[in-house]
Amino acid sequence: MLAEGLETLIKALADDGYQVVGPTIDQQAIVYGEIKSTGDLPRGWTDLQEAGTYRLQRREDDAYFGYVVGPHSWKKYLFPPVTLVASADLGEHGWQMRTPEPDPIKYAFLGVRACELAAIRIQDKVFLGGPFVDPTYEARRSKAFIVAVNCTQAAPTCFCTSMNTGPRCESGFDLALTETSDGFLIEVGTKAGQVIAALLPVRPANSTEIGHAEVARQQAADQITRRLDTDGLRDVLMNNLRHPHWEEIAKRCLSCTNCTMVCPTCFCSSVSEVPDLTGEHVDRERHWDSCFNPDFSYMNGSPTRNSVSSRYRQWMTHKLATWHDQFGSSGCVGCGRCITWCPVGIDLTKEVVALRDTTGNDLANLSDGHAEGAEASP
Amino acid sequence: MSKPLFASESAGSNDTAATTTRRPRPRLAVFKFASCDGCQLSLLDCENELLAVAEAVEIAWFPEASSRLQPGPYDIALVEGSITTPHDAQRILDVRRSARIVVTIGACATAGGIQSLKNWADHEDYLRCVYARPEYISTLASSTPIADHIKVDYELRGCPISRHQLLDVIGALVKGQRPRLPSHSVCLDCKRKGTVCVEVAQGIPCLGPVTHSGCGAICPTYDRGCYGCFGPVSQSNCLSLTDQYLSMGTSTETLLPLLRNFNAAAPEFRDASNRIEAIAKRTETSPEVPHE
Repeated sequence: MLAEGLETLIKALADDGYQVVGPTIDQQAIVYGEIKSTGDLPRGWTDLQEAGTYRLQRREDDAYFGYVVGPHSWKKYLFPPVTLVASADLGEHGWQMRTPEPDPIKYAFLGVRACELAAIRIQDKVFLGGPFVDPTYEARRSKAFIVAVNCTQAAPTCFCTSMNTGPRCESGFDLALTETSDGFLIEVGTKAGQVIAALLPVRPANSTEIGHAEVARQQAADQITRRLDTDGLRDVLMNNLRHPHWEEIAKRCLSCTNCTMVCPTCFCSSVSEVPDLTGEHVDRERHWDSCFNPDFSYMNGSPTRNSVSSRYRQWMTHKLATWHDQFGSSGCVGCGRCITWCPVGIDLTKEVVALRDTTGNDLANLSDGHAEGAEASP
Repeated sequence: MSKPLFASESAGSNDTAATTTRRPRPRLAVFKFASCDGCQLSLLDCENELLAVAEAVEIAWFPEASSRLQPGPYDIALVEGSITTPHDAQRILDVRRSARIVVTIGACATAGGIQSLKNWADHEDYLRCVYARPEYISTLASSTPIADHIKVDYELRGCPISRHQLLDVIGALVKGQRPRLPSHSVCLDCKRKGTVCVEVAQGIPCLGPVTHSGCGAICPTYDRGCYGCFGPVSQSNCLSLTDQYLSMGTSTETLLPLLRNFNAAAPEFRDASNRIEAIAKRTETSPEVPHE
């Protein structure tokens, strides 16, 4: 498909009742927002990322998807930051509880990366896989249409190859695009994808075009230099819950919650009752929360994790270790957002190296394997 | 705080229609100490909700709003301002004695306010500069928060406070509930709103990571850094954040006033600004490049 076909794709999705959301430039970053036409896409822009730094930069070409990942993730659509769970009104016959109808909105996600497909798979397991299905997530997820886009470049913060989540989009999409100088190579993943693809100005790709797409995708894989050694990582972390390095990290960590907010798999939330002044109407709201917020573990008069080191340890051990016990996979997809968007540039891959390097007999007396404080549940 | 202020109607009220018409409302008082009045004006600023507030509580003492002043005791005292005179240090004790629940409102009351900048100066010197007859003035050498003088039940941060939070707190106290006063960092609010981090994406020094929630993350939403007007978050790591800004090339001239403003005397910001000042002095006295 030629680049112009992208406009047809956006229109076809909109005509089918989807609200198309995808990458757009706002607040000096590529964020996810409403896409009405290709004019909303960050054409000709890229992002430069390193620990604690993100900058937009002009590209030399006019690529539509020539960036990596930004501060937003698709979870803001599937698991909104603030949700009305229920409301209650005091009437003549006492309290009347109401549960809002699930949002009828149909999203089409344009530009989902391989690591983000993996993150959606993980959140599917969290919100849909257990005995309690989350109705908000289910309503939005079941109707969502996913247009994946293969990465053709990587940031220094990327490490999807270590987490086996990318950079190639293998499954979990309705359509997948690879952008090259020829235009877009399209792969169809589902029947719904086939229906949309039939409306697009496409023809079978020739071997040269397929080769170009292969080279473009390989370029992303080749650019990934960051590694996270996952070999035996669960046990390394869980056997070192009293490692002095947690305190070292706490000297730098701000416990500001940024890493968990930008993480595409972090799913913690709090629920609170919001009454109006009359006391006759109450809204029950769910909002994103974080293990880095001391209030989040507040129980019986004080926070359970009342130190930065215990909160960082909770986050990392859950993400990289006990997530396996709870959901059967790592909670990390290697997108690197927590590294880029940490205001002081804390890099979890480096912290894991430090924990590994100093793990050994000299520390055996410090690590008892089942120290208190780290739990599987958030 | 589980007991409603006024859960039931007055004794014998179920007998006649006349006595059931109105149940007593909690009595609210607003007191001012050293401050600009902006926080108590937030209450008058609740235009759409003002009638509901007046329904929910009896406004018994609010000189800013009414000359009809009624003596205590009060159920809720909103206290604005810091303690800067010996007279006020006595008066706040009376306020505590007259009120069941004391809620301090604003950066002056919770941290000492912008006037706590005098804590770094010689106040006698200031008196001589400002007043023709300084001997008429009786002030303390420092500006201190209310909680340094009396037990405070709830603190509302900010310069000024958020009126939504004020309404929330009044609403909860009237119903005998514990008010919701989230104490996370401003960053969490930015992220919930989808606001992109101004520090990471633009290199703007922002105190959001060490600043208490409550403002709704206004400044970063308008592309500027947080200047900490809600004061430090608990367990804030100002050392790490300011080190990061120094390493990014932010000057001590930028960092010092960022930390030393409305919440200058809050211990975490105070210690951080003292450190920045010491670094600035060191650099001044031993410049890296000697002058020719």
